[in-house]
This record gives sequence, C-alpha cells and structure tokens, in this order.
Amino acid sequence: MADETLFELLHLEIVNYVLENNEIKNKEKEAKDEDLSVIEYIGFSTGFRIIERLTKEMPRFKDELDTMKFICTDFWSAIYKKQIDNLRTNHQGVYVLQDNGFRFLTRLSNGKQYLEAAPRYVAFTCGVIRGSLANLNINCLVTAEVQNMPSCKFHIQVQRS
Amino acid sequence: MSRSTTRFDTKKVNSELVTLTYGALVAQMIKDLDSTEDVSKQLERLGYNMGVRLIEDFLAKTGTGRCLDLKDTADKIQTAFRMYLGVQPNVANWSAAGDEFSFVLDNNPLTDLVELPEDLKNLKYCNLICGAIRGALEMVQLDVQSWIVQDQLKGDQNTEIRVKFIRRLEDAMPAGED
Repeated sequence: MADETLFELLHLEIVNYVLENNEIKNKEKEAKDEDLSVIEYIGFSTGFRIIERLTKEMPRFKDELDTMKFICTDFWSAIYKKQIDNLRTNHQGVYVLQDNGFRFLTRLSNGKQYLEAAPRYVAFTCGVIRGSLANLNINCLVTAEVQNMPSCKFHIQVQRS
Repeated sequence: MSRSTTRFDTKKVNSELVTLTYGALVAQMIKDLDSTEDVSKQLERLGYNMGVRLIEDFLAKTGTGRCLDLKDTADKIQTAFRMYLGVQPNVANWSAAGDEFSFVLDNNPLTDLVELPEDLKNLKYCNLICGAIRGALEMVQLDVQSWIVQDQLKGDQNTEIRVKFIRRLEDAMPAGED
C-alpha cells in the first residue's frame, strides 16, 4: 500500500464506529461518559502485533531507555511519519514523549474549539504504545495530554513488579 | 536520536499497519455485534464512509476528469486499487449489457496475515472494499452495487469483487431552493 491516506481514514472510522457503539450502549444505561477504552484496545492489539513484525530482525535492546529511543525514532517514523520531538524521563520509569505535529491531530482545526474531541484521536495511539511495549516485556500505563493542537504528549509510566 | 529513519521498508510497514489495524477492528466488531451478518454490514458501511472521503483524495492526487463510460470508470478504480492497496486487479467478466464487471485480485493485502476460523466462514471480511467502491462512486453520481463473489480467505483461487451499475444520480437540490 503506497498510500497513507487509507490508514488515516481507517483510524477515523474506528473512532466513529466505537463512539456510535457507545451511544447505543449509553442509551440503555443512561451513562454519559465517553468510553475510549475500546479504541485503546484496538490500538493495543495493533501495536502488539506490528512491533513483532518490525523488530524480528533486530538485535535485543540494551535496556528500557534504548527501547524507548527506538519507539521515539524508528517506530514513530514508521507509523507516524516523523520522529518524536522530545523525549524526557526521570530515570525511574516515567517517560514523556512529545510530538509537536501528531499525525492524527494535524487534520483537525488548530484552535481551542475541538480540543475536547482530541482524546478520541489519541486513544488509539496510547494503545499502540502500550501494546508495543507490552510485547517487548515492558508493562506500562500510557496516557496522553493535548494542550495545543496538533501537539501531543504521551506519558508512559512503567509498571514494575 | 541518531538512528537513520530508513531502517524499515515504509511501503511494507504501511500495508501491514492497515492490515493489522483492520484485523483488530474486525475482531472487536465480532465481539460487539451478535451476528456475522451484522459485522459484514457494518464493514460495508465503514467502507462506504471511507470511500466518500477517499474519492476526494483520489481526484486531487490524480487530477483525473470525467469518465466517458463504465469501462473508463473501471479503469480508474483499477488505478485506485494500485494507489491505495498497491495491487493491480484485472477487470474481467463484463456482462453482456456492459453494466456489470468484476475486479479480480491475485492477492489481497487486506487479508495478508489473516485466517478465518471455522465459525466465521460466512463473514465477508473484505466488505470494506465493496463499501469503499460504492461510497466513492456515489460521490461522482454513480449508484452501484458491489459484492464479493470469490474470496481467497474461503479457499478460492482469487478474490473477485463484482460491481453492478444501477443508475446515474441526478443532482438533488436542497428543499426550498431553486
């Protein structure tokens, strides 16, 4: 598939489908909350599988930081067509990945108007990150933070046990 | 962050990304919906929504003009297949009246890495493509029907997608406007 549009449209439809499904469920339960966990889970499955195909010919990562660097560079360019702009860590299992022009947000209006809708379009990616890291044996929580579109921060919190 | 960005074959990654994402979506739908018919129907609808937008992208990128006849349309959809799925289907099996034809795909990137379990044998996994064709053509005033005749997932030699021309849509004015 030479074209990237298809993936963007597919992602859009996933968001649409899940939200529509939510609405039907919410009518029954009269709940109002937007449940994005299904989108996240679809992302998780995708990430879990794609990372395996990407890394199958690669040497083992040195450590956690090395893995994160891979996610920020090669992995991000493969999927989001650019590298992460900034990676920060407290060296205790918290990583913050900042993308100043996140692929799924660049098509949305840049103002504040649709900021509320932004979580819908980052949930899939939270899942992708979580799934990929899970397959590399790093269990974590991933949340996203959007303050100014189209920039987005992903917080990764590694769960140690 | 000095690693080169060309480590992966972008084309292949793109293609696998779509395949895997689509697979995850279908799996989720099977969980959500009761019958496989409902899933097939939903997939067609999602495809339709994508097609409605995809045609815009296609026209913008190719700068293509009006089609002269259905044969012309078929050729252009063939180009679209190559652009978006990276495969070139054959246009074949024209009906005598010239209003029905098929796309025959030797391989279908959407079903790479996919296997259907026994209990889902009647799932129309590739209905997304049928929907996309219908949606895209509706935006250029062509009402068509599209369905899957043969499917490699079900052990057929090729994947065959049939398209039937129904009618030309006329521009409908919004009510109250002349």
